[in-house]
Amino acid sequence: MLIKLTGGTVYDPMHGINGEVRDIYIQDGRITDPPNDMPIHQVYSLNNKIVMAGAIDIHSHIGGGNVNIARTLLPEDHWANPLPHTELLRAGSGHIIPSTFATGYRYAEMGYTAVFEPAVLPMNARQAHMEMGDIPLIDKGGYALLGNDDYGLRMLAANKDQKAFNDYVAWILRASQCLGIKVVNPGGINAFKFNQRRLHLDEPGPYYGVTPRQILLRLARALHELDVPHPLHVHGCNLGVPGNLETTLSTIEGIAGLPMHLAHIQFHSYGAEGDRKFSSGAAQIAEAVNRNPNITVDVGQILFGQTVTVSSDSMQQYANHLHAYPKKWAFVDIECDAGCGIVPFKYLDKNFVNALQWTIGLEIFLLVDDPWRVFLTTDHPNGAPFVSYPHLIRLLMDRSFRNDMLATIHPDAARASTLGAITREYSLYEIAVMTRAGAAKLLGLSDRGHLGIGAAADITVYTKQEDKEKMFSKPDYVFKDGELIVRNGEIIKVTWGTTHVVRPEFDNSIEKELSNYFDRYLPMKLGNFKIHDEEMIYFGQGHIQVHPCRERNSS
Amino acid sequence: MFYHTQTGIWEEVPNPFCGIAADDLKVKVEDNRLTIIENGCPVTQPAFEQAIGDSTPQIQGKATRLETAIARANKLLSHSRLPLISGLATDVEGVRAALALADYYGAVIDHMDSKATLRNMLALQTGGWITTTLGEVRNRVDLLLVVGSDIESCLPRFFERYIWNSETLFGQDTAQRKIIYLGQSPSGQAACRPDGRAPLILSCKQEELPEVVAVLRAQAVGHPLQAESVAGITMEKLATLVNRLKQAQYGVITWAAEQWNFPHAELTIQMLGEIIMALNKTTRCSGLPLGGRNGQVTANQVCTWQTGYPIPISFARGYPDYDPYHYNTKRLLESGEADALIWISALDQNDRPPITSIPTVVLGRAGMNFTQVPEVFIPIGTPGIDHGGHAYRTDNVIAVPLHKLRESRLPSAAEILYAMLEYRC
Repeated sequence: MLIKLTGGTVYDPMHGINGEVRDIYIQDGRITDPPNDMPIHQVYSLNNKIVMAGAIDIHSHIGGGNVNIARTLLPEDHWANPLPHTELLRAGSGHIIPSTFATGYRYAEMGYTAVFEPAVLPMNARQAHMEMGDIPLIDKGGYALLGNDDYGLRMLAANKDQKAFNDYVAWILRASQCLGIKVVNPGGINAFKFNQRRLHLDEPGPYYGVTPRQILLRLARALHELDVPHPLHVHGCNLGVPGNLETTLSTIEGIAGLPMHLAHIQFHSYGAEGDRKFSSGAAQIAEAVNRNPNITVDVGQILFGQTVTVSSDSMQQYANHLHAYPKKWAFVDIECDAGCGIVPFKYLDKNFVNALQWTIGLEIFLLVDDPWRVFLTTDHPNGAPFVSYPHLIRLLMDRSFRNDMLATIHPDAARASTLGAITREYSLYEIAVMTRAGAAKLLGLSDRGHLGIGAAADITVYTKQEDKEKMFSKPDYVFKDGELIVRNGEIIKVTWGTTHVVRPEFDNSIEKELSNYFDRYLPMKLGNFKIHDEEMIYFGQGHIQVHPCRERNSS
Repeated sequence: MFYHTQTGIWEEVPNPFCGIAADDLKVKVEDNRLTIIENGCPVTQPAFEQAIGDSTPQIQGKATRLETAIARANKLLSHSRLPLISGLATDVEGVRAALALADYYGAVIDHMDSKATLRNMLALQTGGWITTTLGEVRNRVDLLLVVGSDIESCLPRFFERYIWNSETLFGQDTAQRKIIYLGQSPSGQAACRPDGRAPLILSCKQEELPEVVAVLRAQAVGHPLQAESVAGITMEKLATLVNRLKQAQYGVITWAAEQWNFPHAELTIQMLGEIIMALNKTTRCSGLPLGGRNGQVTANQVCTWQTGYPIPISFARGYPDYDPYHYNTKRLLESGEADALIWISALDQNDRPPITSIPTVVLGRAGMNFTQVPEVFIPIGTPGIDHGGHAYRTDNVIAVPLHKLRESRLPSAAEILYAMLEYRC
C-alpha cells in the first residue's frame, strides 16, 4: 500500500529541513521515493500541520524488575488511575508507574514511537524484556548495567587487559539483548553490599580496590573500541548530594575525551552554597558540556507532584529513603550483579530544594547550546511521569509561561535562580533535534528519528498551536512502521514494536572462564543466563532489530 | 549450557516445580517418560516424573475433539456473569494469556496459593522491605535467621545450594555460617553444619510468633520492655539474638509464608521488615521470602506488570481492581458470586480444582484424575517439559528459561487460552 502525506510542514533535522512544506510517501512500512505512475492508496492532506519523525525517549524506566517492584509498592497509584479496556485496548492502570499496556498507549498517544530502558541488570534482563515485550505500539531497547557486577570488578581489580574486558562487555550486550551499556554509581552499589554508604570518584572501593573513575574509563574505552554507537550511559557518583557538581565536573574532565552520556544530569548539578547549603550548579555544568563535544546529557527534569524514584543505585536511594512519601520503600541486593532501590517521592513547588531542582533542570536545558547533545527526559518516573513531557516542552518553548510558573515556586528558590533572566526559547526545529534526530543519532538507530528515504515510517503529525503543551499532548496522526496507530490523540490500531540491539564482535573463548565462574559461584548456569532470540519472539508480539557497530574511525 | 549429552539425556535443566528453580538437573527421557538422574529432590522428582496419562480432551468425562472442548468452554464463559480464572499454576506465557481472557470476559483472576503470596505482598505494600536474592545469599550470608518455617520441607535443596556451598566469592568459610531457628525446629538435618553441629533453636509455637517477633523488633529498634520473657523465651536470649544480627556483616532473615497459618501473618512479616530496616542503620541485613511453588511468584510478576497489581484481581468493572479479600477464590466460590470456574494447573496432576457446584473448565496437566468430573477438561503440557517458557524464582527477581524436553505434542496453557480467545462465541 502506498500512502502520501501531502502539504505538511516538515521538521527533519537529520536532513536540515526546518519547517519546509514537503510530501512524504510511505510504502511497506518505510519512507520511499516519490513513485512513478504507481497508484496512491491513501492521501493525508496536512496543510498547516507539523510533521516530525516519531519521538524517541532515550531514558525512561518502563520495564525491569525495579519498575515492577515500584508497581507492587504503590497500589494507590493504580486504584486512583484505572484504565478501562475498550474493544481495541487492554485494561491497565497507573499514572506515575503505569502498567505495560498503559505505558505503550500513553507514549504512542503523545507521538513517541521508541523508548529505551536504561537499567537492565544483566541478571534481570529476562524480566526487563518480558515486561517491555508487553508494551504495545512503541519500539524499545535497553542498556545493560555494568560497573557493579562482581565479575567485571574482579577483571578490573586483576588489571585484565582492555581487550579481554571488551570481550566481556560485548558478551554481556549479546547475552542480555541490549543496545548499550549503562553504569550506575560505579562501584557504589557493590560497595553498599559491603556496608559502605558513600563512594567518591577517586576512592578505591571495598574488596576490589578499584575506583569509580577507573570503572568509568575502562567501560567508556570498551564501548569506544567495540564501536558500539551509543556511548557509555552514566549515572554518576553522589546522585542528589549537595555539592555533587564537583564530582560531575571531574567526571567530565576525567573521561579522557572518550564519548560519554551523562544521564539525568539535573540530579548531579548541585552546589552547596547559600544559607541552606544547596544551590544551582547548572551554569558550570552547562559550560562544561558546551566545552566538551564528547559529552551528551539528558536532563531528568523534575516536575511537581507525586512520583516514585526507581533506581539501581541502592546506595544513594538508601541515603535518601527518609524523605520517602508515602513512607515506605523497597531495596534489593541482586545476584552479585547490581541492586535496586524504590522510594516514593512528592516534589513540592513550595519546598526550597524541590523548587530549586526544578529551576536547575530548566537552566541546564536552556544553557546547553547544542540541542544535539541535550535530551528531553524526566528520568521517568524519577523526576516526573513521562506523560508530563508536553508540559515540559512548553516550559522550554514559551518564556512567558516559564516565568509565570517561576513566580509560583518557593520565592527563595526563584530568587536564587538565574532562570528568570534566560531569554532562550526552544524552536520546533530544536525540539525535533532533541526528541528525534539527536536521540536516534546518539543511539545509532540509522533508520529512525528522521524522514529520509528508507527510514522506518515512524511519523508524528501535529496541528500547529500557540499552546505547545496542547500541541504536543495530542498529535493528529501517529504512524508506526507505516501503519496509522493514532488519530486525533486516540489509538486506532495496536501493533507491536521492535527491540533494538547491538551485537559487537568478540572472542567467544571468554565463555569458558565465565562458565566456570557461573558454575562455582552463581545459582544459574551460563547457558540459561543468555537470552535467546526465540524468547523475544512469541505469539507474533516481538521482533528484534540488530544495529551495526560502526566501522572504527569512520565518520 | 542446556544441552543433550547423549540421546535422551538433558543437562542443566531448569526446575519449574521448586521456588529455588535450580538449573543443574540432569534428566533422562525415554518414550516420553522422564527420570531425574542428578540433583532431584523430594519436591521435584515426583513432579518431573508424573506419567502422561490420557491426553484426550473431555466434556463431562467423555472424550471429545479439542475444538469441541474449546467451543464448550467458550459457551460457558459467554453465559457467565462472573467467571473466575484460578489455579494459575503455569508459566509467564500462560499467565499472560489468562490475563487476556480475564480482561475480555471481565473475570476475576487468582492463584491457588495466593493466600501465601499475599502475606508477603501486603507487608511489602504497607511498609516496603529490604530483600536479597539467592545468589547474594550464596556468596555473602554470615548469619541466617529462619523464622517459624521448615525450609527443607518446601525447598529441600536450599541449604546444600545456598548455605553449605563449597566456595564463595569473598573467601568466606561457609562451614562457619551461623544458622538460628526462631519458632519451630527443622524437620531434617539439612540445616546442620557440615561437621554435624545442629543450628541454634529458640523454640516457640507458631501462633506465638507474632508476639515473639514484636519483642524482637522492640529490642532491635531500642525500645525497652518490662517483660522478662515471651512465649517461654527469655529477654536475654532475644537480646543476644539482636546483638548477633547487629554484629553480622550480611545477615539474612528468612521465612516461608505458605507455612504460616495464624491470622494476619502479614503483620509479622511487616515486623520482620522493620527489624531489617533498623539493622541496616549500622550493618547490612536482608529479608528472603521463601516459597514460590506452583508458579506463585510468576503469576504475581506478570499480573503486576500487565495490570499494576499482584493477584487477586477482578476485571468485572472493565478495569483491573485489586482486593486481596473480596477476590479470593474460596470466598467467591462459597458466596456463589462466581458462576463459572476456569482452573489452570499445568504443573501438577494433583492440583485439581476445588469441589464446586458451578461449571468448571480445567486446563490441567495431562493425566489429571478427578473426584468431581469437570464440565470440560483440556489436558495441557507442562512448561519446562512439554514446551518452553519462563518461571520466577522465590526471590521475586530472577526468571529462568524453561525448555522443551520431549515431543508429547501437548499444547501449552497459553496456546489453549489464546485459542479460546480466538474462537470466542
